Amino acid sequence: MSDATQPVIEAAGVTVVLGGSPIVRGVDLTIGQGEVVALLGANGSGKSTLVRALVGVVPIERGSIRLLGAPLGRAVPWQRIGYVPQRVTAATGVPATAVEVVLSGTLHGHHLVPPRDARDRARAALDAVGLAAAADMAVQTLSGGQQQRVLIARALVRRPDLLLLDEPVAGVDVPSQRAFATTLAELAAGGTTVLVVLHELGALAPLIGRAVVLRHGTIAHDGAPPPPQAEHADPDHVHLHPHDGDRDPAHDEAGVTPTVRWQR
Amino acid sequence: MISDLAGMLGDPLMQRALVVACLVGLVAPVIGTYLVQRRLSLLGDGIGHVALTGVALGWLVGNLTNLVPKDALAIPGAVLAAVVGAVVIELVRSHGRTSGDVALALLFYGGIAGGVLIMSLAGGSNANLVGYLFGSISTVSTQDLVLTVALSVVVLVVGVGLRAALFAVCHDEEFARAAGLPVRALNITIAVVAALTVTVAMRVVGVLLVSALMIVPVAVAQLVTSSFRRTMLTAMAIGVVVCVSGLTITYWHDASPGATIVVLAIGLYALVAAVRPLVVRARRGGTRDPHPDVADDVVLTSGDPR
Repeated sequence: MSDATQPVIEAAGVTVVLGGSPIVRGVDLTIGQGEVVALLGANGSGKSTLVRALVGVVPIERGSIRLLGAPLGRAVPWQRIGYVPQRVTAATGVPATAVEVVLSGTLHGHHLVPPRDARDRARAALDAVGLAAAADMAVQTLSGGQQQRVLIARALVRRPDLLLLDEPVAGVDVPSQRAFATTLAELAAGGTTVLVVLHELGALAPLIGRAVVLRHGTIAHDGAPPPPQAEHADPDHVHLHPHDGDRDPAHDEAGVTPTVRWQR
Repeated sequence: MISDLAGMLGDPLMQRALVVACLVGLVAPVIGTYLVQRRLSLLGDGIGHVALTGVALGWLVGNLTNLVPKDALAIPGAVLAAVVGAVVIELVRSHGRTSGDVALALLFYGGIAGGVLIMSLAGGSNANLVGYLFGSISTVSTQDLVLTVALSVVVLVVGVGLRAALFAVCHDEEFARAAGLPVRALNITIAVVAALTVTVAMRVVGVLLVSALMIVPVAVAQLVTSSFRRTMLTAMAIGVVVCVSGLTITYWHDASPGATIVVLAIGLYALVAAVRPLVVRARRGGTRDPHPDVADDVVLTSGDPR
């Protein structure tokens, strides 16, 4: 199982159909141990859906997925996998402290009761994302960036060998992005495999060894991180963010999108 | 005064009623906390209406088999119907065919109409249903008491014992699924425990107010707490206090115990909601800056660049 040559993620011919439309189409993706891979692509290119399929949140129509050598399902050692979903908030209808939210990260598979040292580990994980002082505060009183970091701590608390993050730095201020990059660098140096969905490499650029670009649900590029479109550096470049509105048809025509544009 | 109290506590009917009120006050907010967390506050109402159909079905079976008393199967019928109804709601919700909102509405109407219809088939009158609609804690039998204790123990063991897992599923179902947790089993557990809670609480406040006992104490508690654990514990304490004091009031003043309990709870909510801003302001001193100390993303040409 812990064979170093065995791929951590092995996806073959993965197709995901949601609401009748194929969102991910025949994706083959193999990620080896210790790799730090960025999953890039436009809004609606299927990045999030692919990651959600990899962790079994959405069902796959065709293809196969193996995580850490086990086929997706009960056989997967879930305690070795950390997942950070794309979220605007960590709050729900009832108040919960940051520690309580992170504690749920200590559960996995049929381990439904937190281990004895769970509280200490939760505090350590919050410390790792720079939120030690907010541990006992209600998450709904934290800022959006802080709530995002609480969710990252929830994935880190189980000390994962494989970390999947869905836009962990969307809406997070630049200093927090750098702090997050430092945390991620430490994890990668320790041998953690990372798959991170991003809109732009940003502060994480130095860490990323490989980039996979999705376009219309299929892989358009797999290899060295491509440089961003030149206009990204242009001071007049209008940086559109997700959820701002509809896609720009002019860019759709070219098969690319306003948010992330890559040289072809 | 003391002799009045002693008289109340010496009354075996009142003793049973007090034990049931205490248990219901303690148990209802446990599951209510999870329901509020996943914004399904009205689920208890939907289940309660289905339980009414169960009551009538129990009555029908009792009538057909000539059981004495006729309503011996009413509560078991309610338990069964509530559990089935809760599981159906959960399946409909998780498959997303119908929105949870519409599924609940269907249950409301179907439950009441089914209850009334079956009751008339069973040869009972709507008057027989009124006790279940509005509660009949003053007529709790020893058999009812035993059932209430048993169901309460189940709810407490599951709701408190599995709180980390239930919290995880209610807080973020997607994350729970990605952690390999048995999400469907946990969801059904919540639904079943909610159904058991409804049938327990039905005795005290009746089907129409059952959800109030699950939700209102939680609503009060979350005004003053910042953690999930303390919200649940505070809600349980509030539940016990309003149930016991409501029942005690109606021992001397002729009023519906169920309605009195719910009015007390809502009054408490109003009071806490009104007082809270004053207390919070006093505690904070009104001077603390609520913003985290984070460097600016932009360089400011005038002022402190930090």
